[in-house]
Amino acid sequence: MEQGKVQRHTISVLVDNEAGVLARVIGLFSGRGYNIESLTVAEVDNQAHFSRITVVTSGTPMIIEQIKNQLRRLVPVHRVTDLTLDGPSLERELVLVKVRGTGEKRVESLRIADIFRARVVDSTIESFVFEMTGSTEKLNAFINLMQPLGLVEVSRTGVVAIARGAEAI
Amino acid sequence: MASEPILGAEIIVKALIDQGVEVIFGYPGGAVLPLYDALFKHNQIKHILVRHEQAAVHAAEGYARSTGKVGVVLVTSGPGATNAVTGLTDALMDSIPIVCLTGQVPTHLIGNDAFQEADTTGITRPCTKHNYLVKSVDDLSRTIHEAFHVARSGRPGPVVVDLPKDVQQTAGTYTNHAGERHRSYNPPVKPDRQQVEAAIALMASAKKPLFYIGGGVVNSGPAAAQLLVDFIRLTGFPCTQTLMGLGAFPGSDPLSIGMLGMHGMYEANWAMHDCDVMINIGARFDDRVTGKVSAFSPNSKKIHVDIDPSSINKNVRVDVPVVGDVGHVVEEMMRIWKARQIRPDAKALSAWWDQINKWRGRDCLKYKQDSEIIKPQYALERLYSAIKDRDFYITTEVGQHQMWAAQFLKFEKPHHWMTSGGLGTMGYGLPAATGVQVAHPDSLVIDVAGEASIMMNIQELSTLVQYRLPVKIFILNNRWMGMVRQWQELLHGGRYSESYSDALPDFVKLADAFGAHGLRASKTSELDGIIKQMIDIKGPVIVDVAVDEKENCFPMIPSGAAHNEMLLGPEDQSAKPISEEGMVLV
Repeated sequence: MEQGKVQRHTISVLVDNEAGVLARVIGLFSGRGYNIESLTVAEVDNQAHFSRITVVTSGTPMIIEQIKNQLRRLVPVHRVTDLTLDGPSLERELVLVKVRGTGEKRVESLRIADIFRARVVDSTIESFVFEMTGSTEKLNAFINLMQPLGLVEVSRTGVVAIARGAEAI
Repeated sequence: MASEPILGAEIIVKALIDQGVEVIFGYPGGAVLPLYDALFKHNQIKHILVRHEQAAVHAAEGYARSTGKVGVVLVTSGPGATNAVTGLTDALMDSIPIVCLTGQVPTHLIGNDAFQEADTTGITRPCTKHNYLVKSVDDLSRTIHEAFHVARSGRPGPVVVDLPKDVQQTAGTYTNHAGERHRSYNPPVKPDRQQVEAAIALMASAKKPLFYIGGGVVNSGPAAAQLLVDFIRLTGFPCTQTLMGLGAFPGSDPLSIGMLGMHGMYEANWAMHDCDVMINIGARFDDRVTGKVSAFSPNSKKIHVDIDPSSINKNVRVDVPVVGDVGHVVEEMMRIWKARQIRPDAKALSAWWDQINKWRGRDCLKYKQDSEIIKPQYALERLYSAIKDRDFYITTEVGQHQMWAAQFLKFEKPHHWMTSGGLGTMGYGLPAATGVQVAHPDSLVIDVAGEASIMMNIQELSTLVQYRLPVKIFILNNRWMGMVRQWQELLHGGRYSESYSDALPDFVKLADAFGAHGLRASKTSELDGIIKQMIDIKGPVIVDVAVDEKENCFPMIPSGAAHNEMLLGPEDQSAKPISEEGMVLV
């Protein structure tokens, strides 16, 4: 039953770092027809063997509630937090952008990178690789600007997020 | 409590014994030979050899559903595991606690496309509550005990433990982890007090209340079910049951208005549509129950009690969600109800009952037994009158006969009715009956079957004969896949595409060939005598009841229709053509 508007939510899932745990989460999303806009995962506590999965998804409030409840049902899941609902939070993504070109376009790409505070992490006579972190929107804006300047390749990490303030999830 | 090193296979058997396992349903094969060897040496757990791995899981489901214990399955790698998939999915849909041990090729061969290798944890991930691949003997004790904890706690379900052959053959130490708190999975059973208060406040103000109870009540155990019965009687509210909830409330109680849903009672569905406060206890607003969701019980406030938060607000938005175990929730409800000395609006309640009795007066199950040809409904009525004073258990296959059984047999207690509700698995009933009979050797266990469904796991007759399990298979033989035929008649212009049961075996001879008894009834006058014979025969029996080929199952909510649009029978004047929206639904 569809109720309400489709909204984008960022959900943090703390899981045991064990074989198959990512497949369980992804399988849940594909099997029940939920969207995944971005998904990142890495171990965050090598003593307790916890991994943190950050998933950006979209749906009606009823669907978002379902997604969280379904995630909580998975056995290796310790905690599920909706960062979009639970107060202010920070979201960051990292991108590597390869731009190929010479002359004025090459200079222009460097100038724009400077405005966006992107770093040059690799350079040849005819190319740059820029590294930049920021919100998804900022990364999109940067990539769009690089398009006419010789953009040849993009690699992004997907969103990681954390709540603002002193409280931990 | 660590002890001397023993083989992995021994560790598994020890863990099973410590979990109180008495019976395993299984089928041996290369990758589980060490485990079978350990079972042979221990000789403490009874093993029932099925004839197909799907049947092993259904048998374990029947065992689990009729006892409240966890059912245990043991199958080999590859085809053993893939054959079990249907049973696992069935158990997942109906929330049946199962632990299924599967053999696996040795760890060093995993991923090599080895003989009888399948990615069992990959294949069963979406059809189990949880699954494990045990890669080291050090993880074995903990994993087996954890599997039982996961299978039985919260909303129960099937758990697979995949056991590579080398792990079974490596020595390790056994530790009893039974009863340990799990590091992440500990579903709460006690409800939020305020939510229960809100539910009671709503119930106290109700003018047209209705209890809608489901399989969750059965899963909560007989004590919880009894508590709920007491509570419902205290309120005097009507109570309808889902297919999975039959028996959770006594079918003969005057407060019971029968099963609801697609082939449910006229009075139950109308009461759902017209009620002002709905108290859902352990049911999940399944599409067979709701019909058209946008027209589902439009004027009611809804209370939903469920142990699984993901069941709440999934299909239907509710007003008062209560997360917890039925037993705990009802106990709390009862306490508050009594403490507040709540007296429901007697005048309104009596008017509501008058209305319900008017609907009851439509006598929605009526049919015409006007010739010697046996109507399926009549066969079930005669069966019920012959068994109702006995200790009986019923399983069913899937189709028209299943719905008729749900309509015409009454259940007074939970755990006595086993049917494949969620998945709708043809071939479920015979193996499930096997499991029930193993658990209750002296009870009368009957599989109400159709001639098409029974063919799907007919090989299990051999299991019945081997273990002298006196299951009675009561086939309503209409020579059609009846429910398919009914839908083709109603939705596809009577084009009966592939739904005729051609080339049927002679079931009497078939029973004989397996070493069971075969009986046949073709005329109404033969029916009572045949049923008596069936009950009197000590061993397994097939009864082939030739029934009217054209009989359809009514009442019926056509797909895509609302509760108040149900059809009472073929002559129902209110019949409207089924909407296009309804056509695409199953």
